Amino acid sequence: MGRMTFVFQRLLLLIPVAIGVTIIVFFMIHLIPGDPARTILGIHATPRAVAILHRQWGLDRPLISQYWLFMDRLVHGNLGQSLYYGVPAGPLIWSRLPATLWLVVYAAVLAVVISVPLAMIAASRKDGIRDHIVRAVPLVGLGMPPFWLGILLIYALAINVRWFPVSGYGTGFTGHLHSMFLPALVVAIALAPVVIRSLRASMLNVLGAEYITTAKSKGVSGHRLFLRHVLRNAVIPAVTVLGINIGFLVGGTVVIENVFAIPGIGQLMINSIFERDFPVVQGVTLAFGVLVVLVNLLADLSYAALDPRVRFDR
Amino acid sequence: MSSAVLFPSDAPPPEFIAEPQEHAQPRRVRHWYTQPALATGAILLAVIVASAVFAPLITHWNPIAQNLNATLLPPSSKHLLGTDQLGRDVFANLLYGLRNDLRIALIAVLLPFCIGTVLGSIAGYFGGWVDTVIMRLVDVVVAFPFYVLIIALVFVLGPGERSIYIAITLVGWVSYARIVRGEILVVKRQDYVLAAQSGGLSSVRIIGRHLIPNVITQAIIYGMSDIVQDMLAIVTLGYFGLGIPPPTPDLGTMINNGQNFMTTQWQLTTFPGIAVVLVGLSLSLIGDGLADLIRPGTS
Repeated sequence: MGRMTFVFQRLLLLIPVAIGVTIIVFFMIHLIPGDPARTILGIHATPRAVAILHRQWGLDRPLISQYWLFMDRLVHGNLGQSLYYGVPAGPLIWSRLPATLWLVVYAAVLAVVISVPLAMIAASRKDGIRDHIVRAVPLVGLGMPPFWLGILLIYALAINVRWFPVSGYGTGFTGHLHSMFLPALVVAIALAPVVIRSLRASMLNVLGAEYITTAKSKGVSGHRLFLRHVLRNAVIPAVTVLGINIGFLVGGTVVIENVFAIPGIGQLMINSIFERDFPVVQGVTLAFGVLVVLVNLLADLSYAALDPRVRFDR
Repeated sequence: MSSAVLFPSDAPPPEFIAEPQEHAQPRRVRHWYTQPALATGAILLAVIVASAVFAPLITHWNPIAQNLNATLLPPSSKHLLGTDQLGRDVFANLLYGLRNDLRIALIAVLLPFCIGTVLGSIAGYFGGWVDTVIMRLVDVVVAFPFYVLIIALVFVLGPGERSIYIAITLVGWVSYARIVRGEILVVKRQDYVLAAQSGGLSSVRIIGRHLIPNVITQAIIYGMSDIVQDMLAIVTLGYFGLGIPPPTPDLGTMINNGQNFMTTQWQLTTFPGIAVVLVGLSLSLIGDGLADLIRPGTS
């Protein structure tokens, strides 16, 4: 199968997922116990307001035509009106997106920076002391609540020694880099256990490959062997693992944005939940879904473009 | 496509833990207690579960009894970890919070485990359009970040234990379905399955009696890490005030409350988190040990 066919197929696969994502987001209002309009507007809502919302969302019509109405609004970029801010939800979410993207990318970079050396240390001498120490990291890390780690780091590095601001997004590139270091670090630490594990496993795999034996017998040794032959071949699976866990990475930002008061869509989501601002919660959920789907697509496509050995038949 | 063992580790409720060991013993000569990771994890988990179950015997304090004359006390022999801003004993709250969160996490993992295993085996065994439909459904659910979907679902369903179960079930089954489907795809080509098919056994019987027992271990191992993940989700919901409504003790709520007193009463925030880390550690150890016991030398 050719490269273009793969790209085409991958894009085709996107359609059912995209439709599914909109269906889930659409059905969110129908999971609300009782009359959604009454629940959303609160107990003090006038019958008139409830009736208006009913008409606006087509709640009095059959499900199919409700979904049709929802999709019709969606393709016109209309995510509804925020009940709390009183502005359209779409632009509101759009304006909060940069902070979240910053955090996601920053955390992904830090996760690689943390994981690659640790995995190398572990794999370089299997079952050695260093290996055992590195392998203990994921055991502790997997069960660590990210928000809790965030609070501890704020206390240790922002309040006690004042190296970093307690919260916020900063201004300008270096400002962001500085202000978002702690939150990005927390997300990266939450992600690192999974990445370290797979990276170590794939490095051990590569170390057992015949071309490594060949390289060794040719007299290639030490750092050169590791950097040129092992790391280059082991990093591709690591990128894949990162791609697979993109949902986890992005989901982690929801929690962390709130701990560090970063004005991204995660913070918007939790705030809107407290204000019972349903259209915004729905819109943010959709935005997160679209974000993950797009990043996954990007990962697949760049993977295919980068590694000449990738075969496209399934 | 199937990422299979993303978190190749941890942990089922007590009744699950005994099971794989009993199964593994007759087949392998290795005993569970010769596996250091498994033994350490099992002992640690036993201690944690025991302290959660016997909380009323360990502490005589009522976790929700307030005493406004004794707020924010430092740790002492009377209050092992001091008291919180409402004068409640922190140690008692910790034990009861652990008890609630652990119980919910253990129950929450059961439904996704069963649903995912059944749907995964159906998809893997029958293939064709059934497989396509189920796997597209999986693709759609994994398109959402875990926390986003859980938080959104609990929000629309309203706070409380029941909503947590529903949300975790709706989101959690996909990982089991992926794992089991992947394993079934391999196993169904084996001779004994072909023999069963040519013997005219029904599909239900083949899946139930021949396939699932052979592929369930991977799902159980994943279940260990899934409990940790559910526990984290429950604690996170509690932290945001979306989980179990107060005054029911919950570790996430405790961390949230303690956060405001971090500079003076650090133990309020620190210890609930450590409790969660320990639960995660014990279940990860068990998962790793199980994986190693079943397939020696893979980790």
